[in-house]
Amino acid sequence: MKSKFLPFSIFIIFFVIFIIFYKGLQDTNIYTPDVKINNEIPSYSAELFYSGKIVNSSEIFDLNKYYLLNIWSSWCVPCRQEHSILIDLANNKNLKLIGINYKDKKENAKKFLEELGNPYEKIIFDKDGTSAIEWGAYGVPETFLIYDNRIIKKYIGPLNKHSVKEVKLLMK
Amino acid sequence: MKILKFFFIFYFIFSFNYSNADNEDIKIKITKNLRCLICQGQSVYDSDSEFANSLKVLVDKKLEEGFSEKQIYSFFKDKYGEWILYDPGLNKNTYILWLLPILMFLIGGAIIFKSFIIRK
Repeated sequence: MKSKFLPFSIFIIFFVIFIIFYKGLQDTNIYTPDVKINNEIPSYSAELFYSGKIVNSSEIFDLNKYYLLNIWSSWCVPCRQEHSILIDLANNKNLKLIGINYKDKKENAKKFLEELGNPYEKIIFDKDGTSAIEWGAYGVPETFLIYDNRIIKKYIGPLNKHSVKEVKLLMK
Repeated sequence: MKILKFFFIFYFIFSFNYSNADNEDIKIKITKNLRCLICQGQSVYDSDSEFANSLKVLVDKKLEEGFSEKQIYSFFKDKYGEWILYDPGLNKNTYILWLLPILMFLIGGAIIFKSFIIRK
C-alpha cells in the first residue's frame, strides 16, 4: 500500500505543477492596468496651460456632457499621428476635448499646437507627470471618454478609426 | 561638564538627522513596494523611466499632504489595480499564493513527523 502511495502522490504533484506552468505559458507577461470603467474622475489641483491658473480638476467637467480627455506631448510621435483624428472629433458639437500636456516644455507644446491645430477647449499643464497618474494613465497618448463625471471608456495608445467609431457609438 | 556638552551636541546632531530622514525612509520603502508598470520586473525605486519618476514625485507629494503608507498604497491600487503592489493583500485572487506555502509546510511537517518520529 505504502509503496504505491508514494509514486502516485509524486505523480499528482508533478502533474499539478505541469498544469500551472503550462497555463502560465499561455498568459501574456505584458500587463496593462485594469480598465476601470465607471470610475469617478479624480479630484486634484491642476494647472491650466495658457492662463497658469490652479483649478480643481473636477471643476473642468460639467455633468450631462461628453468629454474626451487626451494626454499628449509634443515629443510623443504617436500623438502627432492621432492629432488629425482629435481635430475631427473637436468638430462634434456634443463632445468637448480636454488636453493634458504631459512632461513637456511650454514653448514646444505651443509650437506643436500652432503647427497642427488646437482641438482642446482646455489644457492641463502636467509638468511632472503627476496629473497623468491621478488619471491612472501610464504613458502618452492615452484618451478617456467622460460622461457625468465618470470615465466610461479608456484608450491606451493613439486613437484610430475604430476607436473613433466606438466613441461616437457610446455617445448615442 | 565638558562631557555633558559633548553628549548634548552629539544628541542634537543625531536627532536632527532623524527628523529629516524619516520621510525619506518611508518614501524609499513605498517606492520599493510599487511595481513600475512600463518597465516590467523593476520597482519604481529602481527605475528611471518617465512613469516611475512621476510616481516618485507623487509619493513625495502625498507624504507631504500627510497620507499614511497604507493610504498611498490604496490610492495607487485604486488607480492601477492590485498588480502595482509587490506585496499583495489577501483576497480571493491571492489566497492560494498566501496559503500554499503554509499548506506545504504543514504537509512537509506531517511527512517528516510520520516517517521519523512515529517510526522511532
